[in-house]
Amino acid sequence: MFQLLNTLLIGITSGAIYALMALSIVLVWRSTRVINFAQAGQALTSTFIGFQTLKYVDSFWVALAVAMIAGAAISALIEITLMRVLLKHSSSGAIAGVAPIIATLGLLEVIQATITLIWGGADSLITPPLSNTGFTIGTNTLVFSPMKLAIIAIVGILLVLLSLIVQKTSIGLSLRAAAFSPELARLAGVRVDAVRTAGWALSGATGAVAGLLLVANGNGAFSTASMEFSLLLISGFIAAVIGGLESLLGAVIGGLALGIITSFVLMYISDSLFFIAPFVILLLVLFIRPQGILGKKGGRRA
Amino acid sequence: MHKLSNKVRILIFIVLGFLIYLLSNNVDELRVYQGAQVAVFVVGIASIILLTGYSGQVSLGQGALLGVGGYAAALSHLHWHLPIPATFAIAILAAAGAGALLGIAAARLSGPYLAGATLALAVGLPSIANQFTVLGGEQGLFFDVGFPPASFGEDFTQYKWFFWIASLATLIAIFWLQNVMRSRYGRTWKAIRGSEVAAELAGVNIARAKILAFTLSAGVAGLAGALLAMTIGTVSPSAFPLALSFSLLTGAVLSGVTTLGGVMIGAVTLVAIPEIVGTIVNRIGATEAVASNLPHIVVGTLLILTVVFVPNGPVEQMRSRRLKKGSSL
Amino acid sequence: MTLHVENLTVHHGAIQALTNVSFDVKEGELTAVIGSNGAGKSTLLRTLSGLKSASNGTASWKGHNLLHGKAESHVRHGVAHVSEGKSVIPELTVEENLDLGALWRRNKNESASTKREVFDLFPRLEERRKQNTETLSGGERQMLAIGRALMSKPELLLLDEPSLGLAPLLVKQIFEAIVNVTKQYGLSVVLVEQNAMGALAIANSGIVLNLGTIATTGSAQELISNPAVRAAYLGY
Repeated sequence: MFQLLNTLLIGITSGAIYALMALSIVLVWRSTRVINFAQAGQALTSTFIGFQTLKYVDSFWVALAVAMIAGAAISALIEITLMRVLLKHSSSGAIAGVAPIIATLGLLEVIQATITLIWGGADSLITPPLSNTGFTIGTNTLVFSPMKLAIIAIVGILLVLLSLIVQKTSIGLSLRAAAFSPELARLAGVRVDAVRTAGWALSGATGAVAGLLLVANGNGAFSTASMEFSLLLISGFIAAVIGGLESLLGAVIGGLALGIITSFVLMYISDSLFFIAPFVILLLVLFIRPQGILGKKGGRRA
Repeated sequence: MHKLSNKVRILIFIVLGFLIYLLSNNVDELRVYQGAQVAVFVVGIASIILLTGYSGQVSLGQGALLGVGGYAAALSHLHWHLPIPATFAIAILAAAGAGALLGIAAARLSGPYLAGATLALAVGLPSIANQFTVLGGEQGLFFDVGFPPASFGEDFTQYKWFFWIASLATLIAIFWLQNVMRSRYGRTWKAIRGSEVAAELAGVNIARAKILAFTLSAGVAGLAGALLAMTIGTVSPSAFPLALSFSLLTGAVLSGVTTLGGVMIGAVTLVAIPEIVGTIVNRIGATEAVASNLPHIVVGTLLILTVVFVPNGPVEQMRSRRLKKGSSL
Repeated sequence: MTLHVENLTVHHGAIQALTNVSFDVKEGELTAVIGSNGAGKSTLLRTLSGLKSASNGTASWKGHNLLHGKAESHVRHGVAHVSEGKSVIPELTVEENLDLGALWRRNKNESASTKREVFDLFPRLEERRKQNTETLSGGERQMLAIGRALMSKPELLLLDEPSLGLAPLLVKQIFEAIVNVTKQYGLSVVLVEQNAMGALAIANSGIVLNLGTIATTGSAQELISNPAVRAAYLGY
């Protein structure tokens, strides 16, 4: 019984982090129709910036805030320089549709190498701000700990904030309009290019939180080579696809689903399936319901 | 390579082979080994050109297919003691089989979905080796193609042997690929790449064509994997990392993804850059960290620049420029 | 001359869509642009609103150069373009579509009163304000599009085939609405229409476009009585 509960809780926690990553991918996809594979690299960079901040300030939360700002800035910079140039040069030919994707892959490689250059390849350490010792009920210890609870709470708050911004504010309206019909939005006076940059900035900030929470969810050690970050790269995308790539809610559902299912697979089948499980889940979804859980049938496939 | 007749092409390839033979006798060990590496990349990149350039499907997981080929070759050599050409054949078949399966899944996907699925494959597949002990786990398996025949003399080194085998395999593979690209299948793929809707209206069975492209491309990738295994001497999960898939894709973009003509450009660049960067780093006396990371930064930047400014590759770019100059609408 | 167009030439790739188009629209005037399909009417509006770039010529609204800068900047100078066909954003509600037009305006009180005016003009929109645009009929959608344009407090209104696909009764209503709106706000209007008779009936002046060039201009009355125009576009 407790094993079940533990597995579920672990799954929800990692699922929450995947959801954040998926959110940042969907944010960019919706506003510019590009899959930013460099997102995980950006998240890692923001995490390292948070790490640097901790050398001057003792608070994890301050580091988190700094990382979010840095993540937003880096993302906006990438959009302004790389993406706008790409969209202008968008050509015909075999590569046309996927040129931006390949560019983000190149960017990912540059980012990873640069990070290793600056901070080295060995593990760095960020001490999680809250304890990771589980709560005890009777004689059983739940895996659930204050840290994990905090992670779920943070993700939850971020989600609510994000939905409020997107649904209820003027900026949110501009964002949605620019994503649905850029031309009509322009005719209504919306500064579509600035809005796109804002979408990327939001995505960068979200990714930064995902990165730091990922580290806090473990023992605090991380590096460019660490398994968790490779997984973050894939999982964010897979979670987004599972959710349907079309809505923020879908990203959240996809993330949670991925986290929970993976957790159960690892616990009850085998724990070396760490890398295979997301892939198999992705294949299953693409076979059974290619438009994802919340996606619409037909219409946009790419 | 414009419309040359088959006889002329065979002649060209024989001449190429002869030139390579001459070359191998006149350069040092390191270059010969690098030559073998270039050959591996040429075959690997060619497989991507077939898949992406011709049938328009993007795969970020070609490295995994190389892995399938490499492991198949190693396993068949170790357990069944087959002669080397046979192991290569098995590598091709095994990878082709995997490609067929992947193709069936991929035929339903497009664009980012396909890219992501193949990316997950690239990350996931190598770790399967850790699951089953017969695959050698983290250490991997040996793949030893043996010494060069005694009749070649004492000066004939192991690396030269690698180079000859790789070059021969590469020449045959590229020749065969050219045939395929010019055939009915090649034209079908080009039609699909141009417009799926139009091709379908013309009666093309899109799914079948796509699966075929995946299968053939995977087979070629399997050969590259076997060659790679030969040059390294082992197969292990770390021999086929995600970086390999990225490198191949980069090489394909640099070469010009739509045509075989530029395939050497990408392959040579991929092998040359770490070397050049290494030399520069040594000259200016930079740190170890710079030495190991700068090549990646250079390659990544090169990829970005290429994809932005020369997305169809230098060869295609020149061709279209010539076309534009010629006609005046 | 508040809208001044001179020698406007626009290309679609290698094809010349507009050649040396010149005309003026005075303040408060409604100019109809008629012509057959492919004559370049939509291209003209898209160039004036900034969605398409011109190869040659000039176009200015009250001195502001329309050929330079992005479409969204022209909105801030009083230009509103209701495009042909899909002119509202289906994924947003009726009210959100309207609000979109006023987003750039600083004074929120003024925007609110503009919305009030739009609802008074088109009561059906107020009834359906929270609904998805998919529930709207063709006519209501057109009214919403015009309403959205009004929300940006325009001085120059560019309308691309507002009567397209509408039943005759609705066509009459739309044209009446256009007349009301023009009078109420003192707008200058360029009205592109396939429905030549309907357009000329409410216009002050007209332009006939043929294959990208101006075939005839004149006051609305002159064009209606012009035999060539009658034969080609008015059907009698």
